[in-house]
Amino acid sequence: MNAALTDTDHHDDHHHGPAPGLLRWVTTTNHKDIGTLYLWFSLIMFFIGGFMALIIRAELFQPGLQVVDPHFFNQMTTMHALIMIFGVVMPAFVGLANWMVPIMIGAPDMALPRMNNWSFWILPFGFSMMLSTLFMDGGGPAGGWTLYPPLSLQGGNGFPFLIFSIHILGISSIMGAINIVATIMNLRAPGMTFMKMPLFVWTWFITAYLLIAVMPVLAGAVTMLLTDKFFGTAFFSAAGGGDPVMFQHIFWFFGHPEVYILILPSFGIVSEIIPTFSRKKLFGYASMVYATSSIALLSFIVWAHHMFTVGMPLSGELFFMFATMLIAVPTGVKVFNWVATMWGGAMTFETPMLFALGFVIMFTIGGFSGVMLALAPVDFQYHDTYFVVAHFHYVLVPGAIFGIVAAVYYWIPKWTGNMYDEKLGKAHFWISTIFVNLLFFPMHFVGLAGMPRRIPDYAVQFADFNAISTIGAFGFGFSQLIFVVVLVKCVKGGKKATDQVWEGAEGLEWTLSSPPPYHSFSDQPVVK
Amino acid sequence: MRVLIKALASIALLSAFLVSPAALAEWGYNLPRGVTDISHKVFEMHMLAFWIMCVVALAVFGAMTYSIIKHRKSKGVTPATFHESTAVEIVWTVIPFIILIVLAIPAAYTLIEQEDDSNSELTIKITGYQWKWEYEYPDSGVSFFSTLAEESRQARVIGSDIDVNTVENYLLDVDKPLVIPVDTKVRFLLTANDVIHSWWIPDFAIKKDAIPGFINTMWTKVNETGTYRGQCTELCGRDHGFMPVVVEVVEKSEFNQWLASQIESKESGQQLATTN
Repeated sequence: MNAALTDTDHHDDHHHGPAPGLLRWVTTTNHKDIGTLYLWFSLIMFFIGGFMALIIRAELFQPGLQVVDPHFFNQMTTMHALIMIFGVVMPAFVGLANWMVPIMIGAPDMALPRMNNWSFWILPFGFSMMLSTLFMDGGGPAGGWTLYPPLSLQGGNGFPFLIFSIHILGISSIMGAINIVATIMNLRAPGMTFMKMPLFVWTWFITAYLLIAVMPVLAGAVTMLLTDKFFGTAFFSAAGGGDPVMFQHIFWFFGHPEVYILILPSFGIVSEIIPTFSRKKLFGYASMVYATSSIALLSFIVWAHHMFTVGMPLSGELFFMFATMLIAVPTGVKVFNWVATMWGGAMTFETPMLFALGFVIMFTIGGFSGVMLALAPVDFQYHDTYFVVAHFHYVLVPGAIFGIVAAVYYWIPKWTGNMYDEKLGKAHFWISTIFVNLLFFPMHFVGLAGMPRRIPDYAVQFADFNAISTIGAFGFGFSQLIFVVVLVKCVKGGKKATDQVWEGAEGLEWTLSSPPPYHSFSDQPVVK
Repeated sequence: MRVLIKALASIALLSAFLVSPAALAEWGYNLPRGVTDISHKVFEMHMLAFWIMCVVALAVFGAMTYSIIKHRKSKGVTPATFHESTAVEIVWTVIPFIILIVLAIPAAYTLIEQEDDSNSELTIKITGYQWKWEYEYPDSGVSFFSTLAEESRQARVIGSDIDVNTVENYLLDVDKPLVIPVDTKVRFLLTANDVIHSWWIPDFAIKKDAIPGFINTMWTKVNETGTYRGQCTELCGRDHGFMPVVVEVVEKSEFNQWLASQIESKESGQQLATTN
């Protein structure tokens, strides 16, 4: 937070420090301030979405209904997903990009700083609106975050507010993405060619294109829902010549690239951290770039694997099965490259490295169940069970979220100028890792044993595994408070960080002071 | 305390699960092998994929663990400097590709078989409602609703004071199950009246969405008589968790008797009579 208060190098300019007071955060166009805003916002939403998850897990602790009404339970599953996806993972990535992309490519700031401010500041309004639907007549959205009609059209008064808030989040994401593309295209330092860009910049570059391509598709889909409900259209109603399954096709045409939007930047983060702590260059840099691009391209032709049970023609099912399986190849390449980077290195295991290693292992577990899910004939058994819930939570929590946490630990000494508390950081990692597995691993078993997802109550034979999951959930949730303590301590003070911070770190960000000056590079760096 | 013990047991379980699956049978931790030829194929496909993933996991995590133990700075190693190798990269692009082909071929054959609903001997229409199923035998004009059994219905209410553990087949029992004959290819036509539902019996390895305004088809041919249970698997609103699917598979002669009695009771105006 106090990142930029030590501006030392600018003798020739009067207004290169931040404005004083709270207004600094409202009017700022500085990439670091906006990055900080994004990250704190994401952390707050993480606890709100996490609280909802705990309500869900509390109800599922035992069979029978004890805590909430089924309708409220459905609101919680829906809101938990919307908040975690749009309010936590995406803003956290944009925050990291804001902080790091300009620094990593040797730029003074983002290319479009005013738009940057706007794309952040519409978010709190969008989410306030989304959360306010919980208090409206009929409650919040309860048809699942996938918003399948006709069910989603049964929503109460909150429905149009939900649609509008999704539009706002979409606009924010698109502006963020345009900004990142513009920055990377135009503001690279001399010598920073595309194939010299750090992997984090590369993965975000590709992610930004995905965002620009698919967020408008989501906007279109939800707008059609809106007109179906209020303006007499029948896009998704058979009675008027429409088709409810068409919504699913449109939604997942957005939704599958969205899945990669939620993971590619974490790939980039891990590709920065593992070489640093292995003291060895990233193995297969070029193939990492190509693999990421292939994953992004393939993500546009696999969407219907989310809907194998809707009754597609056989040829369609075969196509989407084969295409989906193909994704395992570039994803495998990435995992192999990370392992090969470690191989023969001289590793140390500071907190960012621990989270990155946890990422590689647990993301890969999610990848394994992903390959199994791709097999259409077996997917009929897995579809909409807890096996799927286990799969995507492995990819998103010890996957995407661990990546984000790793990034924070990795770069926070640079941001604040202070080292974080290593002991607490390691405790955070180990406690989180134990509980996250206790939380999600048993879900594989109940899913295979036949427990459908999105149910508030279940048959008694699923009771034991669910009780374990709930214990894991509370443990994981509360252990994130350690993270908050670490963050607050680090922002307030602590051992001073060097400019280099990590012995094995390479890249332009480590050539700047810790914390870096308010406008990072007063003289344009040259990359050899 | 009991829960804590279970939590600890589960940690042991996670590691022991590959070693002694028999001890865990009552927990229910895997797909059922099922009672149809298709469900057997699906189960074998699932296990094949599972074991292949285990082997890959062993290789990848093994290499990682070895590296983490051996290649650490505290051992005083100097880091190697290699950072690419076209040959190695081609190898680990091609090997996964081959593994995927090994999986894709049997999967494609099974899928083709699953989607072939020709030559069925009996047709049943299934309609999903919020929150019950309607079963219809179009050839004989018999139809009835199938809703959550009364016992579960009472126990599921917040503050019901009924211990759900004492309810037999809690949430998996209905007032009137679907009845089909054994060793008969039965074709299901699925649709819905309000929102999308999904009809699933794990033991048959069939699941398909029931979509309002459209008709989906699927089929099964069950090899063993018995009662088989499943649930709605597409979120369909407030009581999504409370619309089970129960199918009774009976001998052909018994089925014919049952159907005749249904027709009879329908004609005498007692549609709700249950005579089996």
